[in-house]
Amino acid sequence: MDNLLSLVTFLPMIGAAVLLVFLRGNDAVAVLNAKRVALAVTVVTFLASLTILFQFDPENTDFQMVEEANWIGGLTYKMGVDGISILFVMLTTLLMPIVIGASWKVEHRVKEYMIAFLVLETLMIGVFVSLDLFLFYVFFEAGLIPMFLIIGIWGGKERVYASFKFFLYTLFGSVLMLVAMIAMWLEAGTTDIPTLLTHQFNSGTISVLGWQIVGGAQTLMWLAFFASFAVKMPMWPVHTWLPDAHVQAPTAGSMVLAAILLKMGGYGFLRFSLPMFPVASFIMQDFVFFLSVAAIILTSLMALMQTDMKKLIAYSSVAHMGFVTMGIFTFNKQGLDGSIFQMISHGFISGALFLAVGTIYERMHTREIDAYGGLVVRMPVYAMVFMLFTMGNVGLPGTSGFIGEFLTIAGAFQANTWVAAGATFGVILSAGYALWLYRRVVFGDMIKGSLKAIKDLDPREKWLFTPLVVATILLGVAPGLVLDIIGPSVDVLVENFNMATAHLMDAASVATGH
Amino acid sequence: MPVIILFAPLVGALVAGFGWRLIGEQNAKFFSTGMLFLAAFLSWIVFFRQYDVAETITIMRWLESGSLSVDWAIRMDRLTQIMLVVVTTVSALVHLYSIGYMKDDPQWRTGESYEPRFFAYLSFFTFSMLMLVTSDNLLQMFFGWEGVGVASYLLIGFYYRKPSANAAAMKAFIVNRVGDFGFALGIFGLFLMTDSINFDDVFAAGPELAQAKMEFLGMTMNAAGILTLLLFIGAMGKSAQLFLHTWLPDAMEGPTPVSALIHAATMVTAGVFLVARMSPIFEFAPGTLAFVTYVGASTAFVAATIALVQNDIKRVIAYSTMSQLGYMFAAAGVGAYQVAIFHLFTHAFFKAMLFLGAGSVITAMHHEQDMRNYGGLRHKIPKTFWAMMIGTLAITGVGIPLTTIGFAGFLSKDAIIETTFAAGTAAGSYAFFMLVISAAMTSFYSWRLMFMTFYGAPKGDKHTHEHAHESPLVMLIPLLVLAVGATFAGMLWYPGFFGDDVETWFAEAVFVNPETNTVIYDAHYVANWVKVSPFVAMLGGLLAAYYCYIRNPNAPKALAKRNPGLYQFLLNKWYFDELYDLIFVNPAKRFGTFLWKKVDGVVIDGALNGLAMGIIPWLTRLANRWQSGYVFTYAFAMIIGVGAILTWFVFTRGAQ
Repeated sequence: MDNLLSLVTFLPMIGAAVLLVFLRGNDAVAVLNAKRVALAVTVVTFLASLTILFQFDPENTDFQMVEEANWIGGLTYKMGVDGISILFVMLTTLLMPIVIGASWKVEHRVKEYMIAFLVLETLMIGVFVSLDLFLFYVFFEAGLIPMFLIIGIWGGKERVYASFKFFLYTLFGSVLMLVAMIAMWLEAGTTDIPTLLTHQFNSGTISVLGWQIVGGAQTLMWLAFFASFAVKMPMWPVHTWLPDAHVQAPTAGSMVLAAILLKMGGYGFLRFSLPMFPVASFIMQDFVFFLSVAAIILTSLMALMQTDMKKLIAYSSVAHMGFVTMGIFTFNKQGLDGSIFQMISHGFISGALFLAVGTIYERMHTREIDAYGGLVVRMPVYAMVFMLFTMGNVGLPGTSGFIGEFLTIAGAFQANTWVAAGATFGVILSAGYALWLYRRVVFGDMIKGSLKAIKDLDPREKWLFTPLVVATILLGVAPGLVLDIIGPSVDVLVENFNMATAHLMDAASVATGH
Repeated sequence: MPVIILFAPLVGALVAGFGWRLIGEQNAKFFSTGMLFLAAFLSWIVFFRQYDVAETITIMRWLESGSLSVDWAIRMDRLTQIMLVVVTTVSALVHLYSIGYMKDDPQWRTGESYEPRFFAYLSFFTFSMLMLVTSDNLLQMFFGWEGVGVASYLLIGFYYRKPSANAAAMKAFIVNRVGDFGFALGIFGLFLMTDSINFDDVFAAGPELAQAKMEFLGMTMNAAGILTLLLFIGAMGKSAQLFLHTWLPDAMEGPTPVSALIHAATMVTAGVFLVARMSPIFEFAPGTLAFVTYVGASTAFVAATIALVQNDIKRVIAYSTMSQLGYMFAAAGVGAYQVAIFHLFTHAFFKAMLFLGAGSVITAMHHEQDMRNYGGLRHKIPKTFWAMMIGTLAITGVGIPLTTIGFAGFLSKDAIIETTFAAGTAAGSYAFFMLVISAAMTSFYSWRLMFMTFYGAPKGDKHTHEHAHESPLVMLIPLLVLAVGATFAGMLWYPGFFGDDVETWFAEAVFVNPETNTVIYDAHYVANWVKVSPFVAMLGGLLAAYYCYIRNPNAPKALAKRNPGLYQFLLNKWYFDELYDLIFVNPAKRFGTFLWKKVDGVVIDGALNGLAMGIIPWLTRLANRWQSGYVFTYAFAMIIGVGAILTWFVFTRGAQ
């Protein structure tokens, strides 16, 4: 099939259109139908995306399944996948049916809710498959809108504050990115991403208002992109929108946010910053390292003191994304492999953790840690599942969380031992906050009267957790499933990066006398 | 066959953990116990094989990223063989014992199925431990290392209703993670320097590392030295050595069989195993080895002093374990890895036995653990008494001086003391001195335990004493088997560990640098007073205990009254916990709150609100003047700060 990628991308959007046009009424049947249609569409999308995976040849490091067409106003519509992007597509399509399943108990404006998620899915997939600068931008920014609505309409008490915070933060970064994209287009004369990847942006020192800018235009564009990706990741200190957004978002919204939307920043670094602005990336390495380690250590400490479960997991997400940015800016094989792996793994683990919180929230309508305790007494299956993901979050070997942390730190150790030591220290803290959370919520005796009637996981919930459990363990034991697919593309990325920065590395090693 | 040994416990764990609803609780228990006996049986068969070169059995590919390439694999050599036997034997016996011990546990309410979970955890622990000891690379070892940590966490916190158990479980995991900090960095460092983390490659690089320099945290150091030091920090955590030991006594919150298996015989010895396994690198790091000896000897001493005054029977044995682990490290540090492993081997038998014996006493006394409420129990539970007696004879090192006839601990502990003396280094002499004193204390606290428990008049609750009863057969059989081990293991395998066969028996499993290290050979030629000194120390401890607890029972109280400061200092375990709370735990919590409330809440969000409320209306309406207020001060500080760092990087990096 020639336009497989477009099909997978727009299938959810078509599903949304079907719901919009054909679903009438607000009775129980209509509500159930809305859920069923959404679930069916996401499952079909996942199945269709499997054909992408089967057709994909990891050894071929060019973009594959490329589609190209003229678009409005002289712009180009171009899509394709390579080793770096394909697994993000798979992550999205695999998680969406679970996300829809997690929303089965939603009662308020169900049709619109499902439409929002389906549209969001299209936009997220679009981000990962776009091969044109402006197409990418459209998907990247448009994704804000459904998420904004999801938090704003189906969120908690302070949803308006949270959604505006989320919107303003991300918009701020995006505007700068747009300026940089226009600059890129002006300099290279094209918006075609594969072409831009081979273009060498000017990196000679330039002078702006009397300031000498090392790395020149590359540095400026890098900074503009950085503003956008750093907010999306989110990196410390522009992370404060995330805990609020998570706390206010409905369970499914949190899952999508943590599991997929956060990965767009990391993907952006891999797709744009590193290959297109290698010199600037090289210059900024220590800066990013500093922020990454700050994220890992400081947000872990903050997670330790949280009283709201979702906030705790949100802070822990920021810390885990710190490993990703650290890994990316090691510029070596292990660091980059690890950062992609960490993103995929975090997609499953954080999604599952938010689902786990949502599961008990649905029963008790509170996220306060103090309201729980001793759940293991009445919810043994839940306790087991939660334990697995807690351990995944802590980076226990045998779970996917370990591989990502191990590889990124192994990469960082080669670049800078301070950074590696800082990140490893963060691993101690993660054990602290995660186990303390588990202890307060699950262990202990069940003394709170309100919990006496709480029920263990029902079959629907078990089904939702199953794929996440399987993925977490499978990728921990056989990480080759991911690494073999991303490997060759990462090799090329490293190779090109080293070529582009060879002169800087020589200079650096002369300067330090190695 | 090694593959079956490795996976039998995993199968047992899965069946007991997930399949018990299908096959029933009883069958789940028997099945997992059966799998362990199978593994133990096969381990003994494998034990009598001889691998002159290490044999690797690859199971499947694990992690591959560039030059980093690791398999799931089994490395068979003498070190692995010994550990297989120790782990599977003790584990099988503990499984069997638990069938009796865990039955009708009063911690649980009727109808609660806790037993399958317990057996699943035990079997899972065993699997992880086997992964650790059979590994042929550092990553799989780390897998096992963390796996046993989780199993330990789950089992310490097994009585999840008890807040103290939950706290102890967390503490164990987190303190171990502090050690893992070093271990992990050591692995990363070895990968950086040797481009591999497979043992064969890493070991081959030993001499190179001895010459190489590497940069770590701004310092340039000898590569072998810093890497071994990092690995040893990991070992200190797992093996509860000084400064990272605070979790071990608390770990006694777990059920007693767990203490016997994990916190005495197997997991806590993983650090010693690590040093022996990495001997091809440690041999080239004399500085680290000296450090190992100092830490080991100091731990042996400190733990023994604390054990002198504890009243909880399990805590006494826990501190005793910590102390004995110190002995092992002292030996490893002077280069006598085989001797360290010898003590690991014998210690597994007699310490597991002491714990299981203590468990038997505790059940007999209706879960009373305070020895001040024991007394005169030798008539009530004679079989347990004899088992404990053999364990005590073994740990205190009873034997005939200047021969190789004696209980297991006599041979291995005396071997350690002789090698530390033979080393002739400052560290060795320090260790010799500390270990001989510790031997006297070991004897004192062990006999104190015996006398307080089994001799004298019954104390405490009368009713409990009247109902004291001997344990069932499933609990006594493991004691019997371990008693045989505690009696004969030393004499039987003396030649292989420390005698004439040591080189051929160990083959290449540990590396001893022939140019610099002849300590095992020299140890046989130390003066007779050295060889006799631990025996004399043992006798001294015995006599002191006899005087204090049989002849003149008021003596200890009088002694404590005369030295209240010292007594409190020891009773409170040298105040390590209080110190750590003061300098690590509380500041971390306060700093976390500060970051959350002040930095995130005021500075960053203040900046954002400033943007939202100040800048955006300013942009839209243009007329509004800049509102001034404290949030803006913070906002500016933040922005200028980040801006300054950014500018600094822009202008310094690549500026050449």
